Amino acid sequence: MKRKGNKYFVILVAMLLMISFVAGCGGGTAEENQATEAEKIAVGINVELSGGVASYGSNARDGAVLAIEEINAAGGVLGMQLEPIIRDCKSTADEAMSVSAALAGENIVAQIGPLTSGDVQGSTPVMMENKIPLIAPAATAANVTVDDKTGETKAYIFRVCFIDPFQGTLMAQYAADELGAKNAAIYADTSSDYAKGLAEYFKKTFVEKGGTIVAEEGFVKDDRDFNATLTKIRSKNPDFIYVPGYYQEVAPLIKQARELGIAAPIGGGDGWDSPDMVSVAGGDALNNTFFTNHYSSQDTDPKIVAFVEAFKAKYDKEPDAFAALGYDSVQLLVQGIKDANAADSVKIAEALAKITNFEGITGKMSIDEQHNPVKAGVIIEFKDGVQVVRTRIQP
Amino acid sequence: MIEFAQQLVNGLSLGAIYALIALGYTMVYGIIKLINFAHGDVMMVGAYVGFFSITLLGTNILAAMLVAMLFCAILGVIIEKVAYRPLRNSTRIAALITAIGVSLFLEYITIFILGPAQKVFPSSAFPITEYHIAGISILNKNIFVFISAVVLMLILQYIIKWTKTGKAMRAVSLDMEAAVLMGISVDKTISITFAIGSALAAAAGVMVGVYYNTINPLMGIIPGLKAFVAAVLGGIGIIPGAMVGGFVMGLLETMVSGYGNSMYRDAVAFGVLILILLIKPTGLFGKNTGEKV
Repeated sequence: MKRKGNKYFVILVAMLLMISFVAGCGGGTAEENQATEAEKIAVGINVELSGGVASYGSNARDGAVLAIEEINAAGGVLGMQLEPIIRDCKSTADEAMSVSAALAGENIVAQIGPLTSGDVQGSTPVMMENKIPLIAPAATAANVTVDDKTGETKAYIFRVCFIDPFQGTLMAQYAADELGAKNAAIYADTSSDYAKGLAEYFKKTFVEKGGTIVAEEGFVKDDRDFNATLTKIRSKNPDFIYVPGYYQEVAPLIKQARELGIAAPIGGGDGWDSPDMVSVAGGDALNNTFFTNHYSSQDTDPKIVAFVEAFKAKYDKEPDAFAALGYDSVQLLVQGIKDANAADSVKIAEALAKITNFEGITGKMSIDEQHNPVKAGVIIEFKDGVQVVRTRIQP
Repeated sequence: MIEFAQQLVNGLSLGAIYALIALGYTMVYGIIKLINFAHGDVMMVGAYVGFFSITLLGTNILAAMLVAMLFCAILGVIIEKVAYRPLRNSTRIAALITAIGVSLFLEYITIFILGPAQKVFPSSAFPITEYHIAGISILNKNIFVFISAVVLMLILQYIIKWTKTGKAMRAVSLDMEAAVLMGISVDKTISITFAIGSALAAAAGVMVGVYYNTINPLMGIIPGLKAFVAAVLGGIGIIPGAMVGGFVMGLLETMVSGYGNSMYRDAVAFGVLILILLIKPTGLFGKNTGEKV
């Protein structure tokens, strides 16, 4: 009942907003009035600008707005200008739903955001009902684009990030092909679904590549002493140790591994990406360690360099992965609009599902039948405490 | 063989940390029969005081430890005055619940003031030297923690067995009313007990900070629980028991991870607590009668 009441309220608010929007247009200058409504494409940006993950949302917004400005400056899409409508979903799923309902009332053709999987789930029913595509920049849970119960792909939900377990596949490829590892040990955070997913896919791919898993061990969140298990792993002499988890545990783990004289390369996922890695473990211990990520602002690819420069010039800060994914979400949408050759949300959704070889900042991607992008990931190496992009791996 | 020796070193180092925390736990219990669940959190406060002493005042590690011990001794006395003293004649469960309240209070007031993120203990405060002896790597911090645990245990044992204050503590422990009749100030004795117990926690906190080089507001919970198991294992209230209990716990966890399965480590640790409580509730060193200090 509460939800329904909410919805009516939201529709009311949306109508009020529309009235004020129309009124606002009337008061504009002659120049603005020349661009009639038909020549504008409204893009909803429904992201977390306050609450727990406000930094994710605001960075994604900055990336998306930069993309829209660049596209408009280059003449827009199909001769029309993009118009961002930015709303805060306050880092809650309920609010994400209300905001989506309001945006649907403003005739958006598509929505960018929200960032977290949970908030996207909140927004999903409204988007499905209104047949408006949603492009999630960073929602990594598998069930964001696929219905858990029926196994059906959600027709209007897309994303530009790879799903978490895929990082395990990437690292296994890198360890086997580039580092020539034959025997790998896995030491994963067993209290996190994220790390368990990475470990599972690492194992699968590594074994497929003809490697052997010599040890499978686990730690849990807040563990600080890893010496016993590391000593056991040391006795197995692995060529590579895979440690998916978060930096709070991984940093002391790597430090203790090096103190025990383990020199083998160590790898992990984007949970490693924190300045605390270097301050806790130290640059020396981190040498010969690698992790997978969506993107790195240190990448020397000319396209990324240009993006980083444009972003810095506009916002005076380094673009993180969320900013890059926000930027790519808009670019993917533009590709969809071009392919559909119409600013019609249903046609755009159909076109989005067919996109192949789209060149984004975070890599070349093709949308698969589950609406997940098949795309490259970056392998980042710590070199004397500095993150260096080692390579980009295409699956 | 090398692997076993290395695991022994690992186990003794981890055990020394548990023993350090367990000492304060067991001492407070021995005197006033209160399981001070806030002990692990006093340790956390000590680690933070040590951290700020090193980063803001620029002191060395030993001075930082003394500052932390002093700060926590005062904190311990205040906690006892405010939270435990009004409940001294209530049921023991009331005091126990209050201790959990104090524990949560310390954790979340620290999060409120300093934020939930971990802080990195400056590595310059304690430069690490590695010794490799016949394939076994031993770090100077392992030796430091081990020696500290043994020395503090001996000092504590001396205070309780051979000084006048210690005598008063034992008297209060034995019979509070009789101690009052003999002219012992019970309030003062209990205050001193808390001061010493909390100072020990602070010393342990600074050492944990050095050892794992990160600290966070919730760092006291798990080591506090493990130390509690260690104290019960050795016989709660008995100081050498806490020491032995700590080492047994450390070795047990290490061997389970090293030769069994690392995922069963905590299950074994807490399984030991259940077994001890079922089979010998007074612990390894416990006697059913006689004085407990």
